[in-house]
Amino acid sequence: MAKLTNILLTGAALASLAACASKPKQLPPPPVDNTAGLNTPPPANTGNVDGAIVPGSDADFRRSVTSNTVLFGLDQSDIDADARAILDSQAAWMQRYPNVRATVEGHCDERGTREYNLALGDRRANAAKNYLVAKGIDPSRLTTISYGKERPVALGSDESAWAQNRRAVTVVLN
Amino acid sequence: MIRSLLVALSVTVALPALAQQAPAPAQSAPQDQAAPAGQTPAPLEVSVTGGVSAPMPIAIPVLPTPQVVDTPAGSTDVLGRQLAGIIATDLRNSGLFTPLPSSQLRAVGFQEVNAPAFDYWGGTGAQALVQGFVRANGDGNLTVGCYLYDVFSKVELTRTGFVVSPGDWRRAAHKCADMVYARLTGEGPYFDSRVVYVSETGPKGKRIKRLAIMDQDGANHRFLTNGQSIVLTPRFAPNQQSIVFMSYENDKPSIYVYDLGSGRPRRVVQNASLTFAPRFSPDGRWILFSMAQNGNTDIYRVSAQGGTPQRLTTSPGIDTGGSYSPDGSRIVFESDRSGGQQIYVMNADGSGQQRISFGGGRYATPVWSPRGDLIAFTKLGGAFRIGIMSPSGGGEKILTQGQDEGPSWSPNGRVITFYRSSPGSSGKADLWMVDLTGQVERKIPTPLDGSDPAWGPLRP
Repeated sequence: MAKLTNILLTGAALASLAACASKPKQLPPPPVDNTAGLNTPPPANTGNVDGAIVPGSDADFRRSVTSNTVLFGLDQSDIDADARAILDSQAAWMQRYPNVRATVEGHCDERGTREYNLALGDRRANAAKNYLVAKGIDPSRLTTISYGKERPVALGSDESAWAQNRRAVTVVLN
Repeated sequence: MIRSLLVALSVTVALPALAQQAPAPAQSAPQDQAAPAGQTPAPLEVSVTGGVSAPMPIAIPVLPTPQVVDTPAGSTDVLGRQLAGIIATDLRNSGLFTPLPSSQLRAVGFQEVNAPAFDYWGGTGAQALVQGFVRANGDGNLTVGCYLYDVFSKVELTRTGFVVSPGDWRRAAHKCADMVYARLTGEGPYFDSRVVYVSETGPKGKRIKRLAIMDQDGANHRFLTNGQSIVLTPRFAPNQQSIVFMSYENDKPSIYVYDLGSGRPRRVVQNASLTFAPRFSPDGRWILFSMAQNGNTDIYRVSAQGGTPQRLTTSPGIDTGGSYSPDGSRIVFESDRSGGQQIYVMNADGSGQQRISFGGGRYATPVWSPRGDLIAFTKLGGAFRIGIMSPSGGGEKILTQGQDEGPSWSPNGRVITFYRSSPGSSGKADLWMVDLTGQVERKIPTPLDGSDPAWGPLRP
């Protein structure tokens, strides 16, 4: 009989802030802090030093680019015109900081089954990554990860929430 | 530890030591007591898949003990009551039996165990009667005897007995319930088994997920991981000594094998990108899994000891969720190569891939029954619902209403466990079971919420 493993709940409750990642019909609102990826670097490392944002950090990235998030249609992984504009903005920033690396996370809404969504999230992450690479970013700077439906930013069960969750998020590694 | 006493439970062998403590129970040779002349009683049996027959009334009185002894599992008279309760709960949960309420059950003396008062039990309306005993052996172990009787025919149908260590005492009740269930339904047993699953807590956007294991009735629950990393889709090895699962440890989502004896996980595939959806082959030699590379997911198999994975699918679509047939010769899986998720079957070497789901709609998470006769799946489109079909794709039947996902089969291929989610911002999930008629559905009690249940094999 296996012994009881000690349960060490980390209690690391990173605040999950809902991102306003709705499909923009006009200029998007100012970027909000999208910590949808659980495994982003801990808050101490967001690049804030004495209140000033460190250039080349993820915080700098998020306030500089159009958005760190692109959205997808249901079951889709193609990069549409809105996504292209956002990724163009991301690529331009990454070219200004050629030593910076980033992870592209792929996510899904809850209307898919668990394993398929892991694969679909991977498709979305790679679609965004491939576009950035096509824009001239060296692929060795970019890794991908899929969270399937495990880390939604919008918690409702409606079209608006689902649309926000079908996303790829670019997270700069500090 | 549990050891069968199948042969040894005849009266003369099992109880001589007790002759000093109580009069030896009257001998009752099973086939000698025929029904009164002129009556040919119908064989006592219950149909699992059919009809609308009412559950069989069954009496399960408290198991007497020849001597009240304190044991590490509790005192034997209390155990006798608890054992009867577990047997009754198992049988009731199957949906096929109605155990009489304990208020209608009189106490049964030790001498009466294999000499039942049939006239009394007939008067209660019970059609079947389960009597047994529990005894402390003096060496720390317990002996539990279990006898099944046909009340109308006044005959013993079958008997069994076990020596159990105190930590395993509940298994004797499950084995007894299995004996009763198998004898009266003709189906295989399934009560002495465990479920591994993902225990969930916390908000919908940041669930804390831990692997956990428990008996199929929810007892003996314990956590296997500590929640620091997301864990998903655990499945038993056929020898029940380990669990294969997927973890996000170190931000590298990969499949691991968790050894239940040592409590240690071992990564299965090295230097791989995203690996997930693992399952053991029926002989335990292979692990089937999915690997995503550059946006494409395919199914691979790798030796359970580790090594170089062998690729089984190559389509540009998403191929995932493989499950072996019980003879290991074929694999059922899901693929969106036709445009949406559908169910496919292939040979174990990846050849002969063909689609079997054509029912209109999309299908996912296929799992082959241990009996080989059915494939369970999640049907998508609107709500998620659990369904079954034959391995050729025919005979589709939807068993639940939703929002249900991720079926797993009982060891006898007659009950399915799955998880059900609530809509909205709670999105809480719970574990449920449903039988093949779809009529008998119940929630499994867990300490927290739960998802991704996997039903283990029958325990030997």
